[in-house]
Amino acid sequence: MMSNQIKFVQGNEACVEGALYAGLNFFAGYPITPSSEIAEILARRLPAAGGKFIQMEDEIASIAAIIGGSLTGNKVMTATSGPGFSLMQEALGYAIMAEIPCVIVDVQRGGPSTGIPTHGSQGDVMQARWGTHGDHAIIALTASNHQDVFQMTVEAFNLAETYRTPVILLFDEVVGHMREKLSIPEEGELPLVERLRTAVKGGVDYHPYLPREDGRLPMSDFGGVHRYNVTGLYHDMWGFPSADPKVVHGLIHHLVDKIENRANLLARYKEYYLDDADIILLSYGSAARSALHMVKSRRKRGERLGLLELQTLWPFPREMVRTKCADVEAVVVVEMNMGMIMQEVRKAVADPARVFLANRIDGVFINPEDIRSILRLIQGKGV
Amino acid sequence: MAVKDYIRQRFLPHMWCPGCGHGTVLNSLLRAVERLGMSKNEIVMVSGIGCSSRISGYVDFHTLHTLHGRALAFATGVKLSKPELNVIVPMGDGDALAIGGNHFIHACRRNIDMTAIVMNNRIYGMTGGQFSPMSGVGIHATTAPYANIDRDFDVVEMALAAGATFVARSTVYHAQQATDLIKQAILHEGFSVVEILSQCPTHFGRKNKQGAAADMMAHYKDITVPVGSKKKAANPELIERGIFVQKDAPEYCQEYDKIMQQAMKG
Ligand SMILES: Cc1ncc(C[n+]2csc(CCOP(=O)(O)OP(=O)(O)O)c2C)c(N)n1
Ligand code: SF4
Ligand SMILES: [Mg+2]
Repeated sequence: MMSNQIKFVQGNEACVEGALYAGLNFFAGYPITPSSEIAEILARRLPAAGGKFIQMEDEIASIAAIIGGSLTGNKVMTATSGPGFSLMQEALGYAIMAEIPCVIVDVQRGGPSTGIPTHGSQGDVMQARWGTHGDHAIIALTASNHQDVFQMTVEAFNLAETYRTPVILLFDEVVGHMREKLSIPEEGELPLVERLRTAVKGGVDYHPYLPREDGRLPMSDFGGVHRYNVTGLYHDMWGFPSADPKVVHGLIHHLVDKIENRANLLARYKEYYLDDADIILLSYGSAARSALHMVKSRRKRGERLGLLELQTLWPFPREMVRTKCADVEAVVVVEMNMGMIMQEVRKAVADPARVFLANRIDGVFINPEDIRSILRLIQGKGV
Repeated sequence: MAVKDYIRQRFLPHMWCPGCGHGTVLNSLLRAVERLGMSKNEIVMVSGIGCSSRISGYVDFHTLHTLHGRALAFATGVKLSKPELNVIVPMGDGDALAIGGNHFIHACRRNIDMTAIVMNNRIYGMTGGQFSPMSGVGIHATTAPYANIDRDFDVVEMALAAGATFVARSTVYHAQQATDLIKQAILHEGFSVVEILSQCPTHFGRKNKQGAAADMMAHYKDITVPVGSKKKAANPELIERGIFVQKDAPEYCQEYDKIMQQAMKG
């Protein structure tokens, strides 16, 4: 019999529950508002569950430590907010290059710099995409409510293992600190992806960076029978540094293609009343809560508004957005930044001139009223 | 196992300049591992970025070549997540003490069981001879063309002050002693630091008119004395070699195990 445990929790705790459900057993972090609860709860819960928690000297050390912890065969995570996420960028690129599964939570607050620590923002969307240097691809997920925070956290671990890559969870202060009901699924209810380990026996040459036919790269834990090199330099199939143009070209393509070519497969989203919608609100994270509220209240008045809520932000689900937004009068992107996802939507759709922005960048949570004024403009009703 | 069996023959020749001291450090390190009879599967070598850090590519252990300055932070994750592994962390002087200075002092303080080896050539070798925090006043470097005014500090004093529980120093001229010190450092349960003075003839040597590699090595004989030697009292400029501290203190991974037991009781 399924008897799910019901809890009344903060979004940050929902993230912890999701991570533990997914099998997190190593966490390193450094305190920062509004993410600190994740570290605090894990400091208590992890050792009780046989896992390890360590508070490092800064965020650079935190992400470095989880990469080390992943290589010995663990599911690992760190959590931070904007300033700490900035510090993590170099090592994030390392995890991309060396193909180390790990999960990085950024509970966004207002930036740049120290910004506005206790208020919500979605200003790190582009940093998640392009924060680390060099051409690369990244997976970033988000959620608007606690059940989805839980689910996306589990997804993040699954995708990190499947594609041997860091996955970013881009939550925000509003969702992180708000309290809401969470129903924790029974064990086995959600599928979990475990580490794919090589079947190659000891004494036989194992190539840590030679993809199988399906593109996946089986791993071998540090301490096991296979000894190999891991580096942030361009490297060959043994993990040994190489500047051979063929090796360099092949590796960058592998790193980008394994994610960008799967944008459709990786697209997680929710849709509300899209079938007959004239105007689509496109939103994500906490902003999608206000957008949904708006859609529901307009539907009562017979207006054909719909909501497309993105949960995968990167790789940007271009085809899906293009298809869903075809034939509508307008797309209004609802977000708490100066139009980061709006720009992506403009690139995706056939007619960029019909894409509008309803945003809020003053630290105040975007409310249905903010969306209403943009709708009035579009509908030619004045402000 | 013979020393050469610890080397990845496939990845030779190495990238170091002729006469670079870093190869001698590799030699001392492998002899220490060989004397301890360690299995290759139980050793993880974590290094940062620099000429020194390339050492990890040449050894047949589990090897993690990371970011400039961050080796100890990566190593902390490896060690805490799998304490049965032996973790050895070779670093350059810039790597360990400029960009990585914060991780260095915190690793000393935390007393997590691993062996840090500072391959100190008093210069940024890899990037072409800029001064490091170990260069010292009066040294010439590409970023100190008129002579360096940036004061240095002493790695050993720094490690002691930060709480490392095993601290030693030697030079590539004293390769036998270096081997012995690395051996003891690996055996030590806690955070150990071994500084090894290593020459960079290409940059430090040339800029500071120190002669060929062999001259630079011989110089280490002249400027160092065993710890506690009376000569040091007479000439404070001399650098001491040997063990400065070797003491027992609670080790981080073992303390964490106790926390786990407590937490599991509920
Ligand atoms: C974040 C970052 N900053 C700068 C560099 C460039 N860099 C590479 S190695 C190095 C210094 C190496 O000097 P040291 O650590 O003393 O090692 P050595 O080459 O002398 O053995 C620097 C500055 C880098 N790789 N990463
Ligand atoms: S530049 Fe200096 S430190 Fe680097 S390999 Fe050459 S001699 Fe060694
Ligand atoms: Mg140096």
